[in-house]
Amino acid sequence: MTAGVEARPSKLNRVSLTGPAITVTNLTKTFGDLEAVKGVNFEVGAREVFGFLGPNGAGKSTTINMLCTLLKPTSGTATVAGHDVVTERDDVRRNIGLVFQDPTLDGYLTAAQNLKLHADLYGVQSNLVQPRMRQVLKMVGLWDRKDGTVNTFSGGMRRRLEIARGLMHSPRVLFLDEPTIGLDPQTRRSIWSYIRELQAREEITIFMTTHYMDEAEWCDRIAIMDGGEIVAIDSPETLKAGIGTDRVTINTADDDAAIAALLETFGIEAKISEGAVTFGVPEGEQFVPRLFAELSVPIQAVSVSRPTLDDVFMAFTGSTIRDAEEDPAKSRNRAMLQVMGGRPPR
Amino acid sequence: MTTTTERSTTAPEPQFDETEIVRVSVPRRTATSELRAIRIVWHRELVRFRNDKMRMITSLVQPFLFLFVLGAGIGTLAQAGTHGVNFKTFIFPGILCMTVMFTAMFSAASIVWDREFGFLREMMVAPVRRSSIVIGKVLGGATVATFQGLIVLALAWSVHVPYSVGLIFGVIGIQLLLAFAITSFGIMVAIRIKQMQSFMGVMQMIVMPMYFISGAMFPASGLPAWLTVLNRIDPLAYAVDPMRRLVFSHLTISPIARRVLDPGLTWWGWKMPALLECAVILLLGLIMLSIAIWRFSASE
Repeated sequence: MTAGVEARPSKLNRVSLTGPAITVTNLTKTFGDLEAVKGVNFEVGAREVFGFLGPNGAGKSTTINMLCTLLKPTSGTATVAGHDVVTERDDVRRNIGLVFQDPTLDGYLTAAQNLKLHADLYGVQSNLVQPRMRQVLKMVGLWDRKDGTVNTFSGGMRRRLEIARGLMHSPRVLFLDEPTIGLDPQTRRSIWSYIRELQAREEITIFMTTHYMDEAEWCDRIAIMDGGEIVAIDSPETLKAGIGTDRVTINTADDDAAIAALLETFGIEAKISEGAVTFGVPEGEQFVPRLFAELSVPIQAVSVSRPTLDDVFMAFTGSTIRDAEEDPAKSRNRAMLQVMGGRPPR
Repeated sequence: MTTTTERSTTAPEPQFDETEIVRVSVPRRTATSELRAIRIVWHRELVRFRNDKMRMITSLVQPFLFLFVLGAGIGTLAQAGTHGVNFKTFIFPGILCMTVMFTAMFSAASIVWDREFGFLREMMVAPVRRSSIVIGKVLGGATVATFQGLIVLALAWSVHVPYSVGLIFGVIGIQLLLAFAITSFGIMVAIRIKQMQSFMGVMQMIVMPMYFISGAMFPASGLPAWLTVLNRIDPLAYAVDPMRRLVFSHLTISPIARRVLDPGLTWWGWKMPALLECAVILLLGLIMLSIAIWRFSASE
C-alpha cells in the first residue's frame, strides 16, 4: 500500500480479511449486442483504496453493479469479501456498503431516520444503532444536523450522509460510484479527506469509480477502463512514471499546418486535444528551443507539463478523458499511443 | 500523496472522537428478518403519509365531491327510481369503496416516487427479499387507504346511515380487503413504471372505468349485457356489493326499494353470498400481489 494515511492499529479484535477483498475473473456483461464489460480480471487487496477510472460508458458502473449484486454477470465470476456475487448474493450484501451516483436518501425523513431505517433494514443489533449512528454522523461532520430533514441539506451534506449510511452496518467493502460527481471542488476535496480518514479508521476496503483524473491521485491503486476493458492497473505514481514523456501543448495560427510540420520535421505525430496541438516527447523542456528554431509554423504559446494521470489515460486510450466523453469513438483511436511512448494495452 | 496537505480550511474537517469504534454486524437472513423488513417498509409508508397532510386532504376531495355535489344533484333527478331512499344514502357504500380505491392507487404510486427519487435502490440492495419490500408496500398502502375510508365512514350520519358496532367492523373489514387488492393491483402496474406521469396516465385510464362499471353509482343489474360481463370481472364490484348489503341491512326501507337498489351480484343467475364476494377480493388481491412480486424480482 502506498497510502498517504497510515493505517492505525485496530483497537478491536476484529477478524481481519485474509486475502483479497475483491477478485474478478473474466467478468463479462452484454446487453443485447453491446458488450459493456469484456472479460475483465483484477484483484483488490484488503484495506486498499481502489479507483476505477474511465469516461462515461466505459463499463465502470456496469462492473460496480455486478460486484454489488445488482446485475448478473453474463459470464465470469467475482467474489467480494470472500463471497461469490451470484451464488452468495446475500452474504455479499451483508458485507458491503454502497454509495450510488444518484441520491438514494428519503428526503422527507431526517438524517437520523434515514440511518435508523437503514440499520433496521440490515438487521443491526438495536442496542448498537444509536452509538453507531453517533459515530458515523460524527465522522462525516453531520452529528449536529441529525434531526434535520434531508430535503433541507446541500448536495455535499447529502453525499456525506450517504457515506455515513453506507458505513452504518460496518461493511468490509465500501463501494462509491462517482461519490463526488456534481459537487464543487472544495466539497469534493473535503469528501475525499473524509474517505481517506474513514478508510484508515474503519479499516475497510474502498472501491470507487470516478472520471475526475485529479481524484484518482487519492487512490492506492487505479484501474483505467476504456471500452469495456481494463487497459492499465497500478498505483498512480507507477503509472505516471511509466509514461516517460512530457506533454507539450502549443497554440499556433494554423494547427493543421503545425501538425503536418511536426511530422515532417521531427517525425512526431501530434493531435488536437482540447483545442490545442498536443504531443509527447521525452525531456520536453530541452525540446522547446528546437521547436521554436525548426518549426515552420509560428508558435503563439507553448506549455510543457510533467505526466499526469490525464497523460496516462491518453497513453492507454488515445484520447483525454474529456475528449472521450464528447466523442466515444475517439477513445478507440490509439494513434497517440506510440507518440506518448506508452505501453501497449494488454 | 501531496493533495492531502492541501485540505481546504473552510470545508468541515472530519471529527473523530477518540472513543472506540462501534462495530456492528449484519446477521444472516431469516424469516424474522424478513418480517422485520416488511414492518419497516410498512412503517415508512405510514410515516410518509402522516407527514403529508396535503395528500390526506386531496384524496378526500373526490369522495366528498361525489357524495355531496354529484349525490345531491343526481338525487333530485333520481327521486322517482329510489323508492323513498335518499340517493346519497344509496351511493354511500360506493363512496366508501371509492375512497379506499383512490387512496390505494395513490399509495401504489409511492413505489414510482421511490424509484424516481432513488430510494427504491436503497431497499433493493439491502439483504432482504424483494418480496418483503413489495409486501411491506402493499400492506402500508392498504393501511393508509383503510384509514382514509374510515374518515368517510364517519360521515354516515349525514346521509342517514345509523352507526352500529356491526356496521363499523364490517365496513372496516371490507375496506381492508379492498385496500389490499387495489394496492396490490396498483403496485403490480407501477412496479416497472419509471416515471410518475406515465403512472398517472395509466391510472386515469383504469380507475374511472373500474369505478363506473362496479355499480357504485347505480345498481349494476340495470347494465346492458356487455357491461354486465365487464362488471363481473371488475374487482371493485365484489367490494361494492357486500358493502352495500352491509349498509342496507342497517337501514329501514321498503322491500321493493331493497330489491331494486340492492339486487346483489349474480354468477349465471346465482346470487353470490357476501362472504364469497369477500373471498373473491382476497383471492384477486393475492394473485395480483404474486404477479407484483414476480415482476419486481425479475427486474434488474
